[in-house]
Amino acid sequence: MVVRTGDDQTGAQAVPVVELLGASKSFGALKALDHVDLRIAAGECLGLVGHNGAGKSTLVNLITGLFAPTEGQVRYAGAANHLEAGIRAISQEGTLCPNLTVLENLSVVQRDLTGLGWRRRAADRIRSALDVIFPGHRIRSDSLVIDLTLAEQQMVEIAIGFADGLRPARLVVLDEPTSSLDASIAAQLLAHIRRFCAEGGAVIFISHMMGEIFDTASRIVVMRDGRLIAERPAGQFTRQGLVDAMGHVTESDVQPSPAALARALGDKSQAILRTPEGIEARKGEIVGLAGLAGHGQAEALARFYLSQSSDWHGAARPAAAFVAGDRKRDGLMPIWSIRRNLTLAALDTLTRWGLIDTAKEAAIGAEWQRRIGIRTPDMGNPILSLSGGNQQKVLFARALATTAGVIVMDDPMRGVDIGTKTEVYDMIRHEAARGRTFLWYSTEMDEIRNCDRVFVFRNGTISAELEGDRISEENILAASFQFDEDAA
Amino acid sequence: MTMIHKAPWFWAWVAAIAAFCATWSLSAGGAGGTALAVAALTFGSFSVMTGLGQMLVITMGPGNTDLSIPATMTLAATLSLKLMGGMTGSAGLIVLAGLVSALAIGAGVGVANFALIRLLRIPPIIATLSASFLYQSLAIWSNRGLRIKPPQVLADFTTGRALLGIPNLAWVALIISFGFWVLLNQSGFGRRISAIGQNPRAARLAGVPTARVSATTYVICAIMAGLTGFLLACFSGGAALNMGAEFLLMSIAVTVIGGSSIAGGNSNVPGIWAGALFMYLIVSMLNSYGLGAGVRLLSTGIIIIAIVAAASGRKARL
Repeated sequence: MVVRTGDDQTGAQAVPVVELLGASKSFGALKALDHVDLRIAAGECLGLVGHNGAGKSTLVNLITGLFAPTEGQVRYAGAANHLEAGIRAISQEGTLCPNLTVLENLSVVQRDLTGLGWRRRAADRIRSALDVIFPGHRIRSDSLVIDLTLAEQQMVEIAIGFADGLRPARLVVLDEPTSSLDASIAAQLLAHIRRFCAEGGAVIFISHMMGEIFDTASRIVVMRDGRLIAERPAGQFTRQGLVDAMGHVTESDVQPSPAALARALGDKSQAILRTPEGIEARKGEIVGLAGLAGHGQAEALARFYLSQSSDWHGAARPAAAFVAGDRKRDGLMPIWSIRRNLTLAALDTLTRWGLIDTAKEAAIGAEWQRRIGIRTPDMGNPILSLSGGNQQKVLFARALATTAGVIVMDDPMRGVDIGTKTEVYDMIRHEAARGRTFLWYSTEMDEIRNCDRVFVFRNGTISAELEGDRISEENILAASFQFDEDAA
Repeated sequence: MTMIHKAPWFWAWVAAIAAFCATWSLSAGGAGGTALAVAALTFGSFSVMTGLGQMLVITMGPGNTDLSIPATMTLAATLSLKLMGGMTGSAGLIVLAGLVSALAIGAGVGVANFALIRLLRIPPIIATLSASFLYQSLAIWSNRGLRIKPPQVLADFTTGRALLGIPNLAWVALIISFGFWVLLNQSGFGRRISAIGQNPRAARLAGVPTARVSATTYVICAIMAGLTGFLLACFSGGAALNMGAEFLLMSIAVTVIGGSSIAGGNSNVPGIWAGALFMYLIVSMLNSYGLGAGVRLLSTGIIIIAIVAAASGRKARL
C-alpha cells in the first residue's frame, strides 16, 4: 500500500488523521525524538516497533497531545487538538481507576457523560463497545474495576478506547494491548482492529509480538534512537529484516572476565546460585538480565535478594547485597550524610556491643570515597548534595563495602553519565576478578556486553540464555520479541 | 557550639524557658521558683518516659504511633500494685517483684501489639488503639474498684528529692534518657530505626532486618509505658483506671514539640525534655491566670499548633 497525501479520490484511505512535521522532543540533553516526519491516514493500521528507549512512547505522547514538541509540529487535519481529532490512547500499564466501576471509568475520559441518566448512557456505550470487540465477554458495566481480572481490565481499557463518544474515535493508539490477554481474546482484538481500519478508522499498534504486527499492520515503522529508520508497507518486511532494522550492529570490544576465560579453558565449576526463574551464576561471573523493560527482570532480582536476606536477622556476612537503580524509591536515605548512606548495609561489621565504631565507619567511608571516586569535600555532607551519578556510586559502594559474595544490580546506571559508567564498569570487572558474582539487570546494550552470560526475559520467563560470542544485540532482540505465537 | 540554634530541639527549649519565666513572674515575688521547678521536673518526668518510647515508634515513619500507652500504663500499674499488695516479706523483694512484673507486662503488650500489626496486617494506629481496649478491660477486670496502696518505700522514693534537691523521678527519667540517647545516636539499632523511618523499602533492600527492628521498637515503647504506669501509681498513691489518659496525646505532643520529625527518620532526646517541661509549664501558667478549664484546653491546643507550625516552617526554609 502506498500512502498518498492530500484529499484525492481514494476516499477514506488518504485523509491524514494526524501529521508530524519534523517533530522533535528533548528532555534536557536527551533527545527522545529527533525530527520525525510521519503521516497517519484514515483506514490504516500502523505497526510501530523498536527497542526500549527508541522513542515509541514519546512519539505516542506527542500524537496524543500529552507532550508538546520541542521543535516541529503535530498537525491534526480539520481539528485544533487531539481531542477534537478523535485520538484515543490505550496505555500499556493500566490507567483505570480501580475503585470505580467500569462505566464510571468511561465517564472519567468522556466528559460529556453528565446530567440526568448519564449512567444509563455510559453503560450503553461501554456495553456495546465490549460486545462488538469481545463478543461473549462476561464483564458487567457496574462491576468495580478492582474486582475484574487483569485480562478483563485490559479489555475494558481497550473498549473505552473504541467506545462511542461525543466525538467518534478516529485514531486509536494501542501500546502492547495484548500483554495480559490470552490467544483467543487477542485474536478477537486483532479482528476488531482490522474491522475498525476497514471502516475508515486508524490505529497505531505497538507490540513486541511480531506475529501480531504482521497480522494487523498495513504499514510498519521502525524506530531507533528517536528516529524513524525504516518505514515500509508490512508486506515488504521479513521478520528477520525487522529485527535487524531495530538493532545496531557493532563489534564487541569487551574483554571477558577471568571467570569466563577460565570456563572457556575448561573449568566446569558449579553454579553458586540458582533462582526459581532459572537464572544461574558461577563464582566470579557477571550475569546479565536483558530483554524489554518490565518483563520480570527486576522482580526476579528482588525475589532473589529477599530470599537471601531476612526480615528478622541482620547479618554481618550477608549472602547478597543490592544496588538500586531507582535511587529514590529503593536506595537513598535522604536525610542522612553520604557516609551513613554508604555504611548502612555493612553496619553489622561496624558495631561492638551494638554500638557503632565511628572511627572505623569514617575509615570505610574514606576508603570507598577514594576507590570509587565520590566527588565531595566531606563525606559528612548530606547525600542529596551529590549529583545523581555520585549518589549512584555511593549505592554501589554500599553494596561493595559488605562481604556479600553476590551483588544484585537493578538497572543501576539509569540517568548516570558516561564517565561514571566507565568507572563503575571497571570497578565491577575488578571485583568480579576477585571472586564476586554479579547479577546485572540492564536495559542498555553496551552494559549487557560487559556480561559473561546473559538471560533474556520475556513475559516474566527466560526466553534465551546467551554466552560469550552469542551475546549480541541481534540475539537479544530476537529473544525479546515473540515470533511464533499461535494467532488462533 | 555556634550551631546550637540550628538544633531541632533549640526552639522547644526556648519555649520551655519562656514558659517557666512567664509562670514564675506570676507567682509572688519569685519565691515560688523552686517549687515550680520541682513540680515541672516531677510531672515532666512521666511525660518524658512515655515520650521517649513514643519517639522511637514515631521515628519509624508515617503510620507508626503507639496509642496503647495509656491502657498499658493502667494495666501494668494495676497488676503490679495488686501483686505487691498481696506479698509479704522483705521490702526490697516486693519492690523488685513489682518492678519486674510491670516491665514484663509492658513487654507482653509490646509483643501483642507487634503481632497484631505484623500477622493481621492491621495499621499500627488501629492495632494499638483496638488492643488498648483489651488491655483496659483486663485492668478493669483485675482491679474491681479496690484501691491498693503502694509499698511505703516506693511512695517515699517517687515523691522524694534525695540528691541535690532534684526529684528522684527526674533522676530516673534522666538516666533512661541518656540510655535512649545512646540507643538512638550511637547504636546500630538506632541507625536502623532511622533508616526504616526514611524509606522502609530501601532499608529492607540494604539488609536491615525490618521486622526485628520494628518489633523491638514496639516492645521498648510498651515497656516504657509499663514502667511509667508503675512509677505514677506509686507516686499518686495507687492505680486508677484513667491514670494514663493524658499520656496518649502528651507522648505524641512532647515528641513533636521536641523537634522530632513526625514524618519519621529524624528524632532527638533533648527535645523530649523541653517538650515535657513546656507542656507542664504552659498548663500551670494558664492555671495561674485563673482561666477556666475550657479556655485552658483551647489555649494549650493553640500553643501546640503554633509551635509545630513554627517548627515545620523552619524546616521548609533549610
